[in-house]
Amino acid sequence: MTSLPEKLVCVTGAAQSEVARPSPRSALQLTADACLAAIAEAGLDVSEIDGIATYPGKSSEGGGIAPVSPSEAAAMLGLNPRWILASSEGFSHMAPIFNAVTAIACGLARHVVVFRTVAQASARRQARASTLMVGGGDRVDGNNAWTVPFGALSPVNTFALYAQAYCDRYRATAEQLGALAVSSRAHAARNPAAIYRDPITLDDYLAARTISSPLRLYDCDVHVDGATALVLSHRDASRDLRRPPIHLEAMGMAVGGLWTGQHEGDFTSLPGAARAGEMLWSRTDLTPGQIDCAQIYDGFSIFVWLWLEALRLVEPGEACRFTEGGHRIGLTGELPLNTGGDPLSAGRLHGYGHIHEACIQLWGLGGDRQVAGARTAIVSNGGYGYGAMLLRRE
Amino acid sequence: MIRKLPRLEPDTAFFWTSGADGRLRIQRCADCGTWQHPPLPRCAECHGEAVGPEPVSGKGRIASYTVNHEAWLPGLAVPYILAMVELAEQAQLYVFTTLVATEAEARTGLPVRVSFERHEDIWLPLFRPETP
Repeated sequence: MTSLPEKLVCVTGAAQSEVARPSPRSALQLTADACLAAIAEAGLDVSEIDGIATYPGKSSEGGGIAPVSPSEAAAMLGLNPRWILASSEGFSHMAPIFNAVTAIACGLARHVVVFRTVAQASARRQARASTLMVGGGDRVDGNNAWTVPFGALSPVNTFALYAQAYCDRYRATAEQLGALAVSSRAHAARNPAAIYRDPITLDDYLAARTISSPLRLYDCDVHVDGATALVLSHRDASRDLRRPPIHLEAMGMAVGGLWTGQHEGDFTSLPGAARAGEMLWSRTDLTPGQIDCAQIYDGFSIFVWLWLEALRLVEPGEACRFTEGGHRIGLTGELPLNTGGDPLSAGRLHGYGHIHEACIQLWGLGGDRQVAGARTAIVSNGGYGYGAMLLRRE
Repeated sequence: MIRKLPRLEPDTAFFWTSGADGRLRIQRCADCGTWQHPPLPRCAECHGEAVGPEPVSGKGRIASYTVNHEAWLPGLAVPYILAMVELAEQAQLYVFTTLVATEAEARTGLPVRVSFERHEDIWLPLFRPETP
């Protein structure tokens, strides 16, 4: 399968800025912090970076969700990119990574820095409602018009529908769902960069207030300020750098109808995520049983169950039992899951925390949270659009 | 509850004003008969342009629901129930709505019927448990 573009691409650097709630540093400063650290981590000079990409680019939308454009970042870093991209569409937040893969495989760029910056904690300090979906005008338009007038002001309301339908169909319990938050926090306790590091118990989880049933407080991710950056390099330019190259073994992507207000399926699965998983497994000889750790998108806890099943890591309806009690998803379990604790505890970096954590694990830099001998990691991202990657270290 | 109303836009205004005569309308393709919601300029099934609003029975079932407890905005009265209704006309033809019911009544599979609530020039299609 050497003709697939991702086989020509490696992750050679990964780093994060400070992640805080809020950070005194501006979104552009955080972006620079992460990009420069990732480039240094790769052992490259900034002048060797010839491409830059981000999700989603800069938008006038408030709430700190899209505070930095790739042009601003390039100017600040003194880059002269031959290839640049802001990708707000399609296959989830991984879209700039997939596009960078094609740019590198086509020879448009050798070393691309991909960043994702959020400044949602600062935005909420200014106005708590800024991260809601209500928009600025007197009335709501576009896709949010299908939900906001009925009182669904946050994405949690939409994904609570999935949680309720899943629990009803598979008789999943609050205790099973709560195991995800407890496990995530236990991992965050071992991650010095995480926001919330005090362990919680299942009783703490159950005692916390309900946000949108059946989802409780600890089922929801944490708004933060922070930036993550990755350096993607052509395979031929990845050798002899500072870290062993991490091969992009396979990628998968799919768009779902959700972002346009359309729903497919019966709310007990994410059909779009399953299509992304199908694509991913069609591009590798590795199998789900050969995965050493999983960094599964968990903007809300229910995503973990939906993604685990979509990626065929467990059978449909089995995720709730697989994660129950947290043993099998612990650091020494059969599938160590979300080993950095994000984003339920480490902060909502829109899935880039997961990618960063996968690299940390594959480089053996996990410290107290290191999964022994991790050589393969699967990463998924997104609730409205879907992306997944299989990363492998030689 | 504080309602933020939808802007009346050309392709979707029919949905928000449909309740003026007490009937819910959903876009349907005259060529292949497929219903689709939200409305689009063409039929996503056969790509024909003969799409337009057509009255539906207003009956359906709760595909899923959630009880929102979070007061997202000051003065927002909670809890309230949000639901995805699968309309009787077609499998997986969904309309998102507020379920006007008690928490005890809310359940997946619950038969429901549309009921409009007027705010200015908008007739919001809410749903209530179907009474036999």
